Order: sequence, then C-alpha cells, then structure tokens
Amino acid sequence: MEAAVEIKEKKETVLGSEALLKCLLKENVDTIFGYPGGAIMPVYDSLFKYENKLKHVLTRHEQGAVHAAQGYARSSGKVGVCFATSGPGATNLITGIADAQIDSTPLVCITGQVASHLLGSDAFQETDIIGISMPVTKWNFQVSSADEIPYAISRAFYIAASGRPGPVLIDITKNAQQELMEFKYKSCEKIRSYQPYPDVDEDKILEASKLINEAEKPLVLVGQGVTLSGAEKEFKQFIEKAGLPVASTLLGLSALSTKHPLYVGYTGMHGNYGPNLKTNECDLLIAVGMRFDDRVTGDVNKFAKQAKVIHIELDPAEIDKNVKTDVAINADAKQALKLLTPEVQEKSYESWLKEFKNCDDKEHEKVKSQALFPEDGELKMAEVIHQISQITEGKSIVVTDVGQHQMVASRYYQFDQKKSNITSGGLGTMGFCLPAALGAKLGTPKRQVIAIIGDGGFQMTVQELGTIMQYNIDVKILILNNNFLGMVRQWQELFFERRYSFTEMTNPDFVALANSYNISAQRVSERAELDDRINEWLSTEGPSLLEVMVEKEENVFPMVPTGSSVSDVRLE
Amino acid sequence: MKMEQEAKEYTLSVLTEDKPGLLNRLTIIFSRRKINISSLNVSSSEVAGVSRYTLVVTETKEHLEKVVKQIRKLVDVLGAFVYDEDQIFYQEIALYKVAASAFEQNGMIEKLVRNNGARIIALDKDHIIIEKTGTKHETHELYLALEPFGILEFVRSGRVAISKSKRKTEAFIKELESSRSNKLSIKDF
Ligand SMILES: Cc1ncc(C[n+]2csc(CCOP(=O)(O)OP(=O)(O)O)c2C)c(N)n1
Repeated sequence: MEAAVEIKEKKETVLGSEALLKCLLKENVDTIFGYPGGAIMPVYDSLFKYENKLKHVLTRHEQGAVHAAQGYARSSGKVGVCFATSGPGATNLITGIADAQIDSTPLVCITGQVASHLLGSDAFQETDIIGISMPVTKWNFQVSSADEIPYAISRAFYIAASGRPGPVLIDITKNAQQELMEFKYKSCEKIRSYQPYPDVDEDKILEASKLINEAEKPLVLVGQGVTLSGAEKEFKQFIEKAGLPVASTLLGLSALSTKHPLYVGYTGMHGNYGPNLKTNECDLLIAVGMRFDDRVTGDVNKFAKQAKVIHIELDPAEIDKNVKTDVAINADAKQALKLLTPEVQEKSYESWLKEFKNCDDKEHEKVKSQALFPEDGELKMAEVIHQISQITEGKSIVVTDVGQHQMVASRYYQFDQKKSNITSGGLGTMGFCLPAALGAKLGTPKRQVIAIIGDGGFQMTVQELGTIMQYNIDVKILILNNNFLGMVRQWQELFFERRYSFTEMTNPDFVALANSYNISAQRVSERAELDDRINEWLSTEGPSLLEVMVEKEENVFPMVPTGSSVSDVRLE
Repeated sequence: MKMEQEAKEYTLSVLTEDKPGLLNRLTIIFSRRKINISSLNVSSSEVAGVSRYTLVVTETKEHLEKVVKQIRKLVDVLGAFVYDEDQIFYQEIALYKVAASAFEQNGMIEKLVRNNGARIIALDKDHIIIEKTGTKHETHELYLALEPFGILEFVRSGRVAISKSKRKTEAFIKELESSRSNKLSIKDF
C-alpha cells in the first residue's frame, strides 16, 4: 500500500515547455490556435510529441489565431487558447485580446518571451507585452522560471472562465521553457482577492419582483450575460411566467429564439423600430446581462428616463455606470433568474405587445418589405440573409464581421438556437469573422457554421483561407460584396453629404482567390439564381464560398444616429 | 436637467496583494479617464504581504465611484475605499533645504521652525534641512515663510492616511478568505 502511494506521488521532472502542455491537458484543452517563432520554439518542440493529445491549428497570422480562439470559446463555451512568439507575434494578438476583453470572451493567450537575463534590454524580438496588454486583459503574468508555470496556468484558466469572463495573457521567458522542473498540478479554485460570484441580495430580488408585478408596460433587454451564464432556459421561464416582452442587444441575439411570441426584436443603432421606440415609452426596463453600451442607448441622457430600471448584472462595475438603476441585482444571470421567477406573478400584456406589433408592421411597410422582397434591381443584403435563414431554419451558427452586412445579418437571421450568434460587438473589429468562424467550427463540429463578411473585412484576414484549406474546416463563407466599405459609405451619405472619401474598393476575383486555396466558390448576382446558389453553397461538402454581388449604395435602416435619442429612430 | 456634481478632493485607500505591476494596472484606470492623481503613496500595511496604496484625486463623487468599482475589479486588489476629508486622519511630510548662511543671519528661521512644529534634522556647514509633517496646507505655509530666506531644495511626500472607520484590515481579509462574499459589493467605504 505505502509503496503504491509513493509511486503515485513520485514527482515527474519535465522541461518547462512540456509542463505547459501538461497543464493545458489538466485544464481539458483540446485545441490550440497558434503561430511559432524563436521565443516559443521550445514549446513547439514539446508540442511535436503531444500531437495526438493536443490539436494545434497553425493559422496564417497571430490575429487569426486569437480570433479563432475567440470563435472557439464562443461556440463551445470553453476557454480559447492561443500561442504566439515574442515581439511581433505577441503584438499581433492585441486586437483580438482587446476584442475578447470588451466582449467578455474567456481566452488564455500564451506568448514566448526572450530569456529573463535579457528582459528590458531591447533584445531581438523583445516587447513589453505585459505592459502593452495590461489595459486589455483581465489578468496577465510573466513567468520567468519553469516552476511558476503550473501556478500561472491554473490561475489563468480560473480567472479567464470565472465571473465575467475575459482574456488572460501569460508571457513565458525562453529560459523558463527550457528549465527542468518537478511537475505537480493543482487547479485553482480560489483567489482571495478575486471574488467572481457575488452572493445574491434577496432583498433586491423582492424589490425587483415588486416592480415587475406592478408594471404596466415592462420591457426586457437581454444581453450576452444570459448566454455566458448558460441561463437561456431560466430566462425563458422567467419571461414566459411574467409575460414580458423581450428585446435583444447585438450580443444577446440567440439567447431567446427570435420566433418566441414574446420576442419583439433587436435593439440599438440598427435594431428594430419597436424596441428602440418603446424603450422610451415603457414604465419598467429590465436589463439582464447587458451593459448599456452607447450603441444600445444612443444619447444616454434621453434613454428610458420615464422608466424604472432593474439591472441584473454580474460585474458590479457595470452597475450604474451608464444608466442609473432603481434596483440592481449584482449576480450571475442564472442564479438571479432562478430566484426571481418564483416571485413574479403570471401576467400578460396583450395591448402592450400589440404596440410592438404595430411598430413591426410599420417597419415592415417602410423597410422590411423593400429589403426582403424587392421585385427588381440589384440584390439586397437582407433578402440574401433571409433566404439563408429560411433554408437553415435559423439553426446555424452565424459569425459576422463588422459593417452593414453584420447589421443586416443581425436583423434578418432568425436565430432559433442558443449560442448561435458570434460577432465582434464591443470593439467592432473588421477581420474578426473569417478566423472566428473557423474557430467556431472546431469548437462545435456538429453545427453548421456560416461566416457572413463584407468585401472589406474579408480582405483584412483573408489569409485564413489557408488555415481553412489545410485543416479542411467546414465553414460556409458568404461575401456580401458591394465594392464599398459599406457602413462608412452609409455614414458619408447620411452625415457627410455624400463625400465618399476613400471608401470605394477595387476588389480581386474572390471566386478565383478561393479556388486558389482549393475552396469551392461561386458568384451570384441574379435574383432568379439566388436560391439555387445558396442551396448549392450550403450543401457542398467541406468549406465553400459564395460571393453575392449586392446593391452598391444600399443603406441599413432603421437607424439611431450617433448621439440621438432612441425615440428618434429613423426608418428612412 | 441634472446638476453636475462638484469635484472635491478625495483620498483613496487601496489594499492589494504585494505583486509587481499592480501600480501600473491601477494608474491605467485613472489615465484612461484622464484623471490626474495628485498624490500617491505605496507602503506595506499592518497585514503581511498586503500593500496599501493611498491616492489623492480631485473628482466628483459619482465619477470616482465608477473608478473605485473598476479598481476593485483588478484581480490582485483586496479592497478599495474612498474617503472625504472628514473620514480620515492624514499627513504629508515635507523637507526644506536652506543655506546655512541664511540660518546664521539671525534667529528667524529657528523661530519659524519652532512655531510651525517643524524640526531641523540635519545641519552642516553649507545648509540645514528642515522637516515638517502636516497637511499640505501646513507644509505650504512653512514653505511661504521660508521662501524669503531662499529654499535650495523642497520635496513633499504623498499623503498617508488612516481612516476613522472601525473596520480591521486583518478581519476584512479573513472574511475574503473564508466567504464567497463579494469584495466588490462591500459597502463600507
Ligand atoms: C479594423 C477596423 N478598421 C476600420 C473599421 C471601421 N469600419 C467599420 S464598418 C467599415 C466598413 C466595412 O466594410 P465591408 O467589410 O465591406 O462591409 P459592409 O459595411 O460593406 O457590409 C469600416 C471601415 C473597423 N470597424 N474595424
């Protein structure tokens, strides 16, 4: 017996680089996105013999690696992991890290660093990535000796995934990768200075339920907090029992099926007419897991001033930051909703819901009917999205880039399954979509992943077609090509008297480009062919690309112009 | 119309784990919002391994509360508290270097030192060093008084402050260790 125990506890001596991989396995990592270079070569050397246990995806750019890790994290709910070398490799991660920070995506980014005796000396490929990443990480840490590796990695995963998730960067000096250490791992369960889950204040639950039970025109705004907390079921039970109309923020999309009778639409700058207008008419606003971003509120001084506000939010720094609340419930959405639902009365608001329906009719007449069912003229983005939505029955994961196509996809794709909306919301990072989509596919291989991109954003990370080819990653890529930086052009048209300053683009032959990567591709510009092309594209085995030539100067409406009140939402 | 709150001087006391890089993380929160830190002091606290940062800023309470919440969010921060002047005892220390010749002229400087509750901490053939502990106002008064004699060098430390609160740091940290309660929602400012 004693001998057995001893053998079990016998410590294993390994290189720091291998210890890192062992730590990742302990944290149940199966996929890493990365790009090698001098300062991280020892890790890549160890990775060689772990090939069967850890799938490493070589992207074509470190920005691709970090966005892929984001896509992976958002589709699977797991922590996304990426590797990069020091200097330029590390700095290339920054955009994705900043994106993950503002959109609360759990990431662990590992960077190589020059040997510790060279730190601070402007050595070859040395950058102070700890300093650079500090404002955009939830936590970061530099490892300068091998025995710190388990400590750093266990903390990194705990911090990235718990509470309000976010990106963590661990910088590992080359000597730490090359030193021997005795491997022992214990996952992190608590950090005394970090309390990610507040105890719910039951009094607040009662206060909130009182407001809800007394409300006559309540409106719920759902954000990504519900998705991050895995509270889709609890959310549905809550709103169904209390009969509450629900509008979604951009990142909240897919937390509730768009087909749900209480779903009244998408809110914010290019959201639906009703939710924007009614935000300034409701008597109670119930915000669940959202942070009152200025793209949602418009002029915050004219936002829901008539209403009482309940804010259910995990991050206390978000409470009262942009919008003053009457009742703040500082809690994880799932936990709060579980406590709240039993306290609310069963109710329904027929005439209030009817008002949303009337708004929707108006939006239909002014905007949707033309966008969705044009009889002639060039193809419109909305009809393309609508077709895809119909064909896929709203069941695909939709990854979008940034621009008009993103807003149109968010407006017209009828999400019917949870965790299906992946987009760069807070940072608005063009180039996010293609790598995020390949990551999303690897995170959820059983689901269909559709990447919807503009011709501008596609060219920002187009090199990831190489990654898609090499690993044969089944993403369906849609380019909505207007030969313009469309969203910027729209603003130029509306707010800068049509001065189209540097927004028109001469584009390459995207079909030929995809073909050169061995990805099957086609182009369509005729309405009569659209259906067939979409069907072919979606039923192709493996990755495929469809380029749709759309109207060059189409505008996305409704629109709440920057700095305007949500009640000034424009339909044209 | 909402009335803009008035900016006032506040003292922040931040308890942190003793870890490198934290100062940087803290100051980023202020610089992002373009808030000037007028005084900063870092020292150990009464609990081993725990540092205390004392900062002075002039801000509206509303704005500052948002900043404090963001500070509390930092992983290695144990607690952050805002105090106005009535809630703390505080001091700063100032050193003044004056030429020995001025000192020798008459008894004026010695009298100033005595009357201001300052003291002479070094005296050599070229110059004397005077030390005064007090509020910024008090050290400034002495500065003005010494100015006519020629101040060769002057330095004032950051503010150090102790709150009048009954909270005990050690008990506070024990509570963090044992409970899942949120350091972030602790009301006791
Ligand atoms: C990295 C980055 N640079 C610039 C912008 C500003 N920007 C927002 S939308 C947009 C135009 C996007 O054009 P395109 O990708 O063709 O999409 P469209 O709007 O035409 O659908 C630009 C330049 C951005 N969001 N991200």
